[in-house]
Amino acid sequence: MTTPIKEDRLWQRITVATPYLWLLVFFLLPFAIILRISLADPIIAQPPYSQTISFDNFLFLLSDKMYALTYLKSVLMAAAATVLCLLLGFPMAYGIACSNQATRSLLLLLVVLPFWISFLLRVYAWMGLLNNYGVINNVLIWLGLTDQPIQIMYTDTAIFIGLTYTYLPFMILPLYATLERMDLDLIDAAMDLGASRTTAFWDITWPLARAGVIAGCLLVFIPAMGEYVIPYLLGGPETLLIGRVLFDEFFVNRDWPLASAVAVVLLALLVVPIVFLQKSQAGDAEQAS
Amino acid sequence: MKRRSRFVFSVLVFGYAFLYIPLVSVIFYSFNDSKLATVWGGFSTRWYGELFRNEQILDATILSIRVAATSATLATIFGTMAGLALVRFGRFRGRMLFSGMITAPLVMPEVITGLSLLLLFVTLQQVFGWPAQRGFSTITIAHTTFSMAYVAVIVQSRLSAMDQSLEEAAMDLGCRPARVVVDITLPLIAPAMVAGWLLAFTLSLDDLVIASFVSGPGSNTLPMYIFSKVKLGVTPDINALASLFILIVSITLLSAWFVIKKQERNS
Amino acid sequence: MTDNKRFIRIRGISKHFGDFAAVDNVDLDIGRGELFSILGGSGCGKTTLLRVLAGFESPTAGSIEIDGVDITSVPPYERPVNMMFQSYAIFPHMTVEKNISYGLRKDRVSGADIAKRVDEVIDLVQLGDFRNRNPDQLSGGQRQRVALARALIKRPKVLLLDEPLAALDKKLREHTQFELMNIQDELGITFVVVTHDQEEAMTLSTRIAVMEQGRFLQVGEPKEIYEYPNSRFVADFIGTINTFEGEVTAANVGSIAVNSQDGGALTALGEHDVEVGDAVCIAVRPEKIFISHDEPEDSDDIRIKGIVDDLGYLGNLSLYRVRLESGRIILVSQQNRRRSAKRSIEWEEEIWVSWRPRSSVVLVD
Repeated sequence: MTTPIKEDRLWQRITVATPYLWLLVFFLLPFAIILRISLADPIIAQPPYSQTISFDNFLFLLSDKMYALTYLKSVLMAAAATVLCLLLGFPMAYGIACSNQATRSLLLLLVVLPFWISFLLRVYAWMGLLNNYGVINNVLIWLGLTDQPIQIMYTDTAIFIGLTYTYLPFMILPLYATLERMDLDLIDAAMDLGASRTTAFWDITWPLARAGVIAGCLLVFIPAMGEYVIPYLLGGPETLLIGRVLFDEFFVNRDWPLASAVAVVLLALLVVPIVFLQKSQAGDAEQAS
Repeated sequence: MKRRSRFVFSVLVFGYAFLYIPLVSVIFYSFNDSKLATVWGGFSTRWYGELFRNEQILDATILSIRVAATSATLATIFGTMAGLALVRFGRFRGRMLFSGMITAPLVMPEVITGLSLLLLFVTLQQVFGWPAQRGFSTITIAHTTFSMAYVAVIVQSRLSAMDQSLEEAAMDLGCRPARVVVDITLPLIAPAMVAGWLLAFTLSLDDLVIASFVSGPGSNTLPMYIFSKVKLGVTPDINALASLFILIVSITLLSAWFVIKKQERNS
Repeated sequence: MTDNKRFIRIRGISKHFGDFAAVDNVDLDIGRGELFSILGGSGCGKTTLLRVLAGFESPTAGSIEIDGVDITSVPPYERPVNMMFQSYAIFPHMTVEKNISYGLRKDRVSGADIAKRVDEVIDLVQLGDFRNRNPDQLSGGQRQRVALARALIKRPKVLLLDEPLAALDKKLREHTQFELMNIQDELGITFVVVTHDQEEAMTLSTRIAVMEQGRFLQVGEPKEIYEYPNSRFVADFIGTINTFEGEVTAANVGSIAVNSQDGGALTALGEHDVEVGDAVCIAVRPEKIFISHDEPEDSDDIRIKGIVDDLGYLGNLSLYRVRLESGRIILVSQQNRRRSAKRSIEWEEEIWVSWRPRSSVVLVD
């Protein structure tokens, strides 16, 4: 509980103002511009949007079923990947939190290491594993589980695997941070009082880990919603996700206003989870201090 | 006193296998002599050799490294300032907005950030004439913007854990507040700043989507080059490139870890 | 020319955090060269007051003068005040020597002077062998000495100490207590100590202020506060005390008589502003009470019958819990001054407790 001292605050103002101004110009202002352009019409000119204001783009998005389906599919894919990350990541984070100090840092390092390797290259690695002449099919055939290579590449499953693979560390790290702070004696106490292992988990571990779970899920779900590279490289031409739609509208169709409108709607869908994440982070920070 | 059940242990093993098998597979196939990247044709290192003769890759790599170093440095400076402001300055006007802007880039889908920044640059060009050519500067600005969010988070976390009485003690002994930051705060958060720089560097080196949006003709970053090639499928020279990358990162991280562990054991 | 008795003048200092008043309109004068303690439980506001003195909190109201100069709005880096923090706050990235000389370097004292003064103060706190150590190589007691040296080297007018002995083990605490007193005596600096440990306060201080809920309840020398507490809280906070609630039956010049529920007729000496019928509390310290098998001879003594409920033999002391007729338990302590030939007192025995009227303390609130 300290109140800042009243004295020459110039240096404080500069310290706040510099990143603040940068972010206002390079982060916030662009969103205003997207909004403005989403209300324009595409024209053949440089730059390819008009000075008019109309809601045509949004009406089009709302009326065309394809877009609605694409948004829905993106939500479902992101949600599915989030769930799988949680199912895989929670036990892993728990396992790391339960290790002794020496192993723990090595395990954490191993979780983080793939993250430092180019994400593009890691998705590329999956291309090698999943295609018809790839490792997985080779192994399956060699094991005799199948005669023909199974088509995994260019399907939704491939995207699903790619998403889970890429975002797994984002789930593990916040979960680990929360679980590590938890006093594992509490579980012992519960079991001492008669709870079984499972009951102890649901009664004790889960409520305390909830904050980490929420953070992890949002850290996976929000960016996964707008993923472009994974669907492009691992998915087929029919698997359209919203990130790809946005990219194509912009670069292929040169329809900047429509692409902007797609972005605005995507943002609108994400505003709730983003604000939720911010609130939960702030609350978590207060609790920790 | 902490124990793991067998279930947890097996999930751990599976999880790590899941994370690492693709990487091992790429390294394995980078030594494949055949042009058909996943059909084994014998052991060879020719693809590594070809890498170094490829001008486009070298140019792209140089650009990527320049952008990464510059944006990491800027991001570290701004991110540290932001972290300091959020942890030490108490309530100030516009704090909520600032806090929101600092954390949003962490989760914002890249297509949105990329698109928004491109539209900004186009608008700026219309109004001010700058940037005339999109390339090094626009990519660097874009990377700085999202990287500073990561640095800010790391710095904030380290600052909150730091004993504030150290800064008060310095002031008590006659140090002006601005100087306290230089004498006490920065030296003590230096590891966090270094970690932030490295993270920003990696994020920049790795970025594809945003760079694609905000770059211009003639400025290809390494990920952009790789993407253009892998769109067509798995290629052996990219296998070699990927393996190099994996090896460099792994060796660097593991040695850093060993050094830190050794330091801890000595003290 | 400053009044030496009012070296530090605290006038009307309040510190509010929102609606909560951590420090509530306190006045205090501290004399030059005093070793003054602010004593209170956690949350009483003593640390907040200390931080206001140091300059880390701006008071919501009031003023502070040191040696005649108003320092209320002076920032901490310009006050002639230095602080020894509870956590010591040793800079982890500097050696012992760099830590200690830090304040002088900020004042741009010349290198030669710095070296000389560092030598002096390292001698004073006996850290000679540790000059070039890093803080993580020091024990708790050594770190404290670094913190002390670092604060003293600037020769401040006032040294503030936040719970200086809290982190030390018992033996070290006793040793350090005396060290602090000697250093203070030698240098003549005014010390203001904040502590929750009443033994510490009593041993160290020239004067004590007992603080509760942001206010000073009593300020005075240790003996005064112990023997003549002015309220139930202070009486109870320092040491142990037995209290008897009752009603005034006679208010004469120089003495009052009280009829109490648990103790019967009690008397107290001195001038008290009470009338017949007022509700008062008569209090008496355990060591002032005499315990015996036979009824006391001196008719002036207050006497009450009781039964020994529990007793503890501590070597130098014996402690008794005595149950009075009303069921009330009081505490009696006696020094085991001699190996008595008399029959010692045992459990469940019927005994008399007695004390002199002058030992009674009258508490009205």
